[in-house]
Amino acid sequence: MSTNHAVLAHHFENLEQQRETATFGMWIFLATEVLIFGAIFTCYAIYRLRYPLDFEAASARLNILIGSINTIVLLSSSLTMALSVHATRVGRQQMLLTCLLLTILLGGTFLGFKVVEYYEDYKEKLVPVLAFDPDEWTKVEGVEAPIQPQHVQLMLVFYYIMTGLHAAHMIVGMGLLIWLVIEARRGWLTPVRYMPVEIVGLYWHFVDIVWIFLLPLLYLTGTHHPTDLHF
Amino acid sequence: MSGPIMPTWTYYKVFAALIALTLVTVYVSFLELGPWHTTVGVLIGVVKASLVGLFFMDLLHSSKASWLAVLASLFWLVILMGLTLSDYLTRHVLEF
Repeated sequence: MSTNHAVLAHHFENLEQQRETATFGMWIFLATEVLIFGAIFTCYAIYRLRYPLDFEAASARLNILIGSINTIVLLSSSLTMALSVHATRVGRQQMLLTCLLLTILLGGTFLGFKVVEYYEDYKEKLVPVLAFDPDEWTKVEGVEAPIQPQHVQLMLVFYYIMTGLHAAHMIVGMGLLIWLVIEARRGWLTPVRYMPVEIVGLYWHFVDIVWIFLLPLLYLTGTHHPTDLHF
Repeated sequence: MSGPIMPTWTYYKVFAALIALTLVTVYVSFLELGPWHTTVGVLIGVVKASLVGLFFMDLLHSSKASWLAVLASLFWLVILMGLTLSDYLTRHVLEF
């Protein structure tokens, strides 16, 4: 494939139809993703409503500082992703490459923080089975608390499944971004052929939206104290 | 789409709004709201997700087909959550 390779595939009438088809396909895929995450959110809602105090107690122990920093990191990566699409459409190759690399860098930062966070959770005894102390949950300052350790573990399992599935999506997204960088360096992403950047962007923003809901459901459901703001 | 190319400052303004909403939602988690944390957090999340969808994903200038996919996914999500919770939330209303 050279730079003057036919951009229009033979089974499309014109470029606009081809681009519209690809975008619509990505939206259909995202609709199936909504239902994957939606099913997990529904399970979460059922148990959140059934064991409110246990879920709030577990949420209050999650690392709100890393969770908040990661939210800002991910929103920043969505900004650079949106700017990548803009750069492709106006034909600014250098800006496109810079924005794509920044998006990858921010995605990597997010995953790096996530690894640190999982390790901190382990040290804080917040990992069911591996590291968990049932006794510390049943008494708050010497007073019997109406909390069942097994329900706390259920909340923590939701935390690992939801953030884990989200992180898996991030890794896939970063693979797609690396592919875009290769295409961009070869000069294949142009104002005429910007659709690849656009549909990877749709995926990346969707993963961002999932995190926008994970933040309040997991980290912000319990009442935190300013002293919680540490790594 | 192939709609108008939005100027970059639109993205910067949306980004500023998203960061501001994030700071608000984190600040709210330090208040004593008890069970209302989740409700407030999800409502702020809906606003943030709408901003990302409308501007970053460019739904504002997207075709009707894209909107159809978005609305269909939300419609099925409402069925999924609505029908499931209508069972779980009403199990104790009638005791047999």
